[in-house]
Amino acid sequence: MFSYVKDLGIDVLFKGHNFLRLMGGLLVTLKISLISIAISVVLGLAFGILMQKKNIAVRVVSRIYIDFIRIMPQLVLLFIVYFGSTRAFRINLTGELSAIIVFSLWGIAEMGEIVRGSLSSVSNHQYESAEALGLSRLQTFIYVILPQSLRRIIPISINLITRMIKTTSLVLMIGVVEMIKVAQQIIEANRMLSKNAAFGVYLVVFILYFLICWPISVLSMKLEKRWK
Amino acid sequence: MDYEFIIKFLPLYKEAAILTLKIGIIGIIFAIIIGLALTIITFYQVPVLRNITKFYIELSRNTPLIIQLFFIYYGLPKVGISIKAEMCAILGLAFLGGSYMAETFRSGIEAIDVIQKESAYSLGFSKLQTIIYIIMPQAIRVSLHGIIANIIFLLKETSVFSAISIMDLMFTAKDLIGIYYNTIEALLMLVLFYLIILLPVSIIGILIERKIKYV
Repeated sequence: MFSYVKDLGIDVLFKGHNFLRLMGGLLVTLKISLISIAISVVLGLAFGILMQKKNIAVRVVSRIYIDFIRIMPQLVLLFIVYFGSTRAFRINLTGELSAIIVFSLWGIAEMGEIVRGSLSSVSNHQYESAEALGLSRLQTFIYVILPQSLRRIIPISINLITRMIKTTSLVLMIGVVEMIKVAQQIIEANRMLSKNAAFGVYLVVFILYFLICWPISVLSMKLEKRWK
Repeated sequence: MDYEFIIKFLPLYKEAAILTLKIGIIGIIFAIIIGLALTIITFYQVPVLRNITKFYIELSRNTPLIIQLFFIYYGLPKVGISIKAEMCAILGLAFLGGSYMAETFRSGIEAIDVIQKESAYSLGFSKLQTIIYIIMPQAIRVSLHGIIANIIFLLKETSVFSAISIMDLMFTAKDLIGIYYNTIEALLMLVLFYLIILLPVSIIGILIERKIKYV
């Protein structure tokens, strides 16, 4: 049994602090995605509400913002912020900070679109009935519209969390030491001792990603079904 | 802005864009084929295969493409399966896209009334004929919007290929930034080329959606 584990190269992870290091990398991944998610949820909600405004300027600017962010690969956005900001504005952002900026910008766009969609899917007579009952505009929004929209918003935004965690894996391309980068380092360091480390270590990282994202996806799916 | 630089390295970007597109299109075609196959399996609840399909869909949807690629490119050779970088990229894209396509087709099929299937059976269609001639044409129509969204998503994901040292757009941009330090120009061309690739698909998607709405 043990020799089998060795052949797959998983044993490398149990030498020294290797597994702890990998977990440390995982923490970096989770930290970046959770901070970005928190920013996206708060600002995205505000952005979605703002887009309800009929103002032409607001509409055009938000449309361009959303379309540009959504059509560009996240890696391109990371490059623009990480390499571009240094050159254009002479500010030196760390990889982690650039990642948080990019993922927040992306999350706000996605979140704003979700919020806008679900707010406008609330039918018109809900507004009219609330008005007929004498509720003010703010009261209508807080007590009538928001609770109905949240049932749509929450499952999709939970799904956004898994997308965010998956996309965070890209930060290794701008030099942030996260889980995959740590895995790479472990494999490189043990090149001579364990030739098959690349198989075992990457397999473990693969499974770790799955174990983190899968429960969140399941939760999102369950909520979506229940609140339909 | 250094225009000479842009003109000098434009062909390099063009080459990279063509490579990106080539891998992307082949990968997407495989993804659609996998998606269709999986949909047929789930539609007919084929035993065993059905469970494998379910597991595969969850596995591929809940892991990032980059680790899938690393596993295929660096991991598999250790157990004796050596694949060229470009094949790895196609394989990775198909592995990722297959599940997304399957989910889109499934939601399209779910939108079609059971009566269509029953009517086809009563007319003497076989199981396979029913799905090919009756269910699929309607389902694809319903899920066309989702398919275009998936294609855009997969084309965007191709940016990750530079991680397994394929000379794609990202790789070219990073290389030029590293060598010549013309960051702004290199990034501008990168954005332009991605727009050239992605905007037409996006516009086609909008047009198709509009057409379906009015029919």
